[in-house]
Order: sequence, then C-alpha cells, then structure tokens
Amino acid sequence: MDELTRALSTDLEAAFPDLVTAMGARLFWGLRGMCRDHQEAEDLTQETFIRAYKALDGYDRERVRELQLSPWIWTIALNLGRNHIRNRARRPSFVALRDEAVDDPELPDSAAWDRRFAVLNGHQKTAVVLRHVVGLGIAEISQAAGRPEGTVKADIHRGLERLRRTMEQET
Amino acid sequence: MNIETELADLVGEIPDGMSEGVALGTGIADGYDLYDSPVGEVVIIFNPEGVSSVDLADGGFKARFAQRFGRQLLRAEAPSAWRKHIEPAIDAGTPGRLPVDLRAVTEFQAGILKVAASIPKGQVRSYSWLAHQANRPKAVRAVGSTMAANPVPLIIPCHRVVRSDGHIGAYSLGGAQNKWDLLEHEGADPHRLEDLAGNRIRVQGNSSSGIFCYPTCRAIRRSKPTNVVSFRSVETAEQEGYRACELCLPCC
Repeated sequence: MDELTRALSTDLEAAFPDLVTAMGARLFWGLRGMCRDHQEAEDLTQETFIRAYKALDGYDRERVRELQLSPWIWTIALNLGRNHIRNRARRPSFVALRDEAVDDPELPDSAAWDRRFAVLNGHQKTAVVLRHVVGLGIAEISQAAGRPEGTVKADIHRGLERLRRTMEQET
Repeated sequence: MNIETELADLVGEIPDGMSEGVALGTGIADGYDLYDSPVGEVVIIFNPEGVSSVDLADGGFKARFAQRFGRQLLRAEAPSAWRKHIEPAIDAGTPGRLPVDLRAVTEFQAGILKVAASIPKGQVRSYSWLAHQANRPKAVRAVGSTMAANPVPLIIPCHRVVRSDGHIGAYSLGGAQNKWDLLEHEGADPHRLEDLAGNRIRVQGNSSSGIFCYPTCRAIRRSKPTNVVSFRSVETAEQEGYRACELCLPCC
C-alpha cells in the first residue's frame, strides 16, 4: 500500500486503476454483505471510487502519501451508504457496455448470509463485515466507522455471537 | 468450519465492468456510443463534463481521439441524466440541454463555438459574421481555425459556417461533401448558396418591408420572390435605404 500511495501521489490518473484493482473486490463484497443488494453494492463501490478520485485530486502530495488507504476508502463508502437513498436519483452513473450480458456473479452462500446478517443491528453488521469479510484491523474500523475501538470490539463480539446462535438454529 | 473462516470466504471477484465504470466516472477514460446522423453513423464521445467529441464511426476514431485528447476510450452508455438529449441535439444540430465539454479548446474558441451553436437549422453565417458576433471582428482567421478545431461537429453546427465570400468551404467531419450533404438535409440548398456566392451576392432585401437579410434567413426566404432584391454588400443595401434584419443580424 505504501507503494500505491506513492504512485497515487505522483501520477494519480495512471495509478488510480491499480487502487481499483487492489481494493475493488473487497470493497464491493464488503458493501454487498452490508446492503444485501448486488446492484446497490455495485453503485456504491463505483461512487466510492469516484469520490475517492476527486478527493485525491484535491489533496497535496504529502497528504496522499500519508493516507491509510483502506480505512480512508471505507470512511467514504460508509458515508455514501448512509446517504445513498438521497443521492441515488441525481447521480449520473456510467455503465460500460459489454459484448454479452453477464449475470451478477453472486456467491453460493450469499442468500444464506443475507438472512443471517439481517439479525444484526447496523453497527454490528458493519463491524463484523469490515473485520472478518474485508479484513480490516480494529483501529482501521474505528477510524472508518467513527466509533471508539472498544465499541467496535464489542460490536464484533456481540455480532459474531448472534451469528453463531442464528446458524445453530438453522441446523 | 468456524464462522470467521466462512466470513472471510465471502469475498469473490470484482464485478464485471467495475474498473471501466470507475474509469468513466472519474473521467480517466471517456465513453463512446454509436448514433445515426445525416452523414452516416457517428460516435458520440462523453465524460462526466458532457459530450467531448463527435466523430465518424469509421476505423480511425479511436486513434484520432487518443492523438488529440490523450485519454482512453471505452464503449459505454452515456450517463442516464442526459442520454435522452443526444438524439435531439443531433437532429437539431445544436446542444439544447445536452452538456458539452469544451475543455479541449481555448476560452476564445469556446466563445466562438457558443455563438456558432446559435445559428438556426437550415441557415448559414460566415466566418466574419461569427467574428463580429464574438466582438472580435478582426479575428476571422481564428474563427476559421476554431471551426476546424470544433470537437463536437453536428452538435455545434460548424457546417452552418461558410466562407466570408459565401462559398460553402471546408469541413472537418469527413470533408466538404458532408457539409454540403448536411446543408442539403437541413433545407439550406447548397446549390443556391454556391450560385449566390458565384454572383457575389451577400445579402438580400425585401423591397416591400425595406429589410435586408442573409440569403438563408427565414424572413427573406418567406418573402414574395418578386420583392427580393440582391446586394453585394451590407453597405450597398444600407445605401439603398434598407435596414438590417433583427433575426439574422447581417453585419458584413
């Protein structure tokens, strides 16, 4: 990531696609876990990257080099997620045309996990997904979600407990 | 399997088209889509600022775009917010509600192009008229090179801008024949324009109203043919006591 921030600080336009490659899958699947809707997660992922690009474009090089990319991107994504309904209507979204239509590549367990995540409250879901799906550390989640580390730990702990109980009841 | 491992497995591939969508949404790449026009199939090229380029949909447009703009080009749908304004803009030969990205030209050139966008369909104006309207009467040559540099022909109708001697002149989108065809398609009658230019007729007056116009102006074309008087210059018309039309603003 150090190399990526350095590249972003020197040639944003050339390096930005590498940021999308490095973080796109985990950003999308993390959002997919939180919002339970494939299209909405795609829109949010794309919009997060577009906002990130505009922000980086305005930062001076020093600031870009010192960024903690993962929690920074997730700060943007979580903010967008909160405002998504409001933003959706007026946002122009770009859709690349493909030669043939492709089905949304859902994971085999997605539907089951959508049901399980539904038992968590918003904070627990965010914390569990960021910790265990996306793989962020406690400090990074605390930064992205704007909640104290102790609270984040408690959210993860209680979230996992509820998920375990839900899964036990399934069998 | 423990729950943490299962959660870690919930990351799949990045969705198809995501990288392209981001490149388009940030403006790193421009998108293009194909549309019909009176001169055949064209590519409409766009980015978040608006339509950045219009070109013929031949084998060379990608290379021409790369050469001039230095950005990537991806096949895409135009943004839903203004996609519906593309066909009307091509039909009308003016942007209307379609946003146009003129960052590729200078501020002076953008000003000239905006005046050119106001020329009504089926009518023509000269380079010197455009220079006058832009308050730069001596910049006739610069107006000519601005038309050649127009990144969005058809939508900003540089085909309605003719030489100061009235001849139809050159055209950037595929050559002079396309300009001729577009004018014919719009009912501007290029044969008549060339005849008038050949006879050095610049403006025409209506002897009943006492008003003179450019020959393609709506007002003079609606006049009774027996009332139409031809002049070789604005000055001659004025000397004969005619007043300039307020629709076409003949000035030179």
